[in-house]
Amino acid sequence: MMFCSIPDIYSSGSYLPVLLLLGLTVTFAVAMVVISRFVGRRILTKAKRTPYECGMTPVGAARERFPIKFYLIALLFVVFDIEVVFLYPWALQCKKLGLFGLVEMGIFMLLLLGGYLYILGSGALELDRGKIDDDPFGEGL
Amino acid sequence: MTGLLITLGKILAVFTVTMLTVAYLTLLERKVCAYIQLRKGPNRVGPWGLFQPIADGLKFVFKEDFVPAGANRALHAVAPVLAMAPALTTCAVIPFGSTLPMFGGEVNMIIADLSIGVLFVFAIGSLSVYGLITGGWASNNKYALFGALRAGAQMISYEITLGLAIIPIIMATGSLRLSDIVAYQGAHPWFMIVQPLGFLLFVVASFAETNRLPFDIPEAEPELVAGYHTEYSSMKFAGFYMGEYAAMITAAALIVTLFCGGYHLPWLENLNFFKEHATLLGLLHIGTFLAKMGICLFGFIWVRWSLPRFRYDQLMKLGWKVLLPLGLINILIYGLFTLKDSI
Repeated sequence: MMFCSIPDIYSSGSYLPVLLLLGLTVTFAVAMVVISRFVGRRILTKAKRTPYECGMTPVGAARERFPIKFYLIALLFVVFDIEVVFLYPWALQCKKLGLFGLVEMGIFMLLLLGGYLYILGSGALELDRGKIDDDPFGEGL
Repeated sequence: MTGLLITLGKILAVFTVTMLTVAYLTLLERKVCAYIQLRKGPNRVGPWGLFQPIADGLKFVFKEDFVPAGANRALHAVAPVLAMAPALTTCAVIPFGSTLPMFGGEVNMIIADLSIGVLFVFAIGSLSVYGLITGGWASNNKYALFGALRAGAQMISYEITLGLAIIPIIMATGSLRLSDIVAYQGAHPWFMIVQPLGFLLFVVASFAETNRLPFDIPEAEPELVAGYHTEYSSMKFAGFYMGEYAAMITAAALIVTLFCGGYHLPWLENLNFFKEHATLLGLLHIGTFLAKMGICLFGFIWVRWSLPRFRYDQLMKLGWKVLLPLGLINILIYGLFTLKDSI
């Protein structure tokens, strides 16, 4: 077959096509932003430039402090996503590792389950109501 | 040289088809929504409103591109790019057909058949959350900031479920290559049938990951105006909009590839007729893939116009307290099931 003569770099297993596609999509997206900058009319007034706040004059700065729970969610995500990442190599080899692998993975999951139960107990996932001490008005989110 | 040309051709074809699907998905969405609500939907621009996406696009281009006072101008401009590019790049590893005989050889209908396909999809696909966060923060608007925070928290929460739901598939196929997963389903029953729980988890997490109703809390209109893209207009807004629809297309393609047999069409593709006509078989596979994707996309739209929206704390509760444990249990059940012979 003629395809045997094609250098490996263009075959569909290499990363070059991905880079080409990425280049195309980024170019397209940048072009869109640039076009909108130059084609549309721009008549800017002071009132138009005000950030939208339901027609009122904005109160205070927009980049306010926000509930710490978003930060907690991000932290928990790191822990559990790493658990998922650890599961991938085992899943690939699970037939070869057999029962031994499954039991080991079970122990790993049990350890994380302890952490998960602790998270549940500490109320980190109770997004509808804040803990009494850090949210005295019970505003939650 | 031929190889490079073929690769470029495939990239252009996939990109064009995706962009056209994005454009006409917006029309389909409005049409389906209208018929569900006993209306006609757009029907003035061309027959059956077929030129509506083009009219919309032109209108976007000629709209005023404005940046609110106090916004971070650079980040405000970068955000739509960050939201759009990853969603479109993910298409690179999805096998949209088997092979087509062309230029005296067999051309694989996939842009890049990476050995780490599944990981690539998750790594690149999850990058679009940066676009939403950046856009929301840069806008100097409270609604945009809250929308961005919610979007970030929601997307990272459901990514865990997304990752867990496909681990049984990797256990069964022993490969992260998407073409291997599709080939496995050509010889075995589809994963949709073998792993209904994993399928359900994956679909629910996909809805949350693409910010579609019933999980479109980041841009819930009654509370957050338009969420992270409140302060966007013109083609910058179109960038977010297209990014959302592109993410939906990628999600549908993934559901088809991982759970619904990819391009395989049972029984029909094994006919002797197709063994003699390789080109027709290749075309049949591409057609099957597109048809399955169409059904999936219709499902996305159908759900959006049928279900009410979750509340934010309900959404997070569902993700962390229901889907996450279910995902782990699913893996354990499937693990015991696979290894029952060796026990």
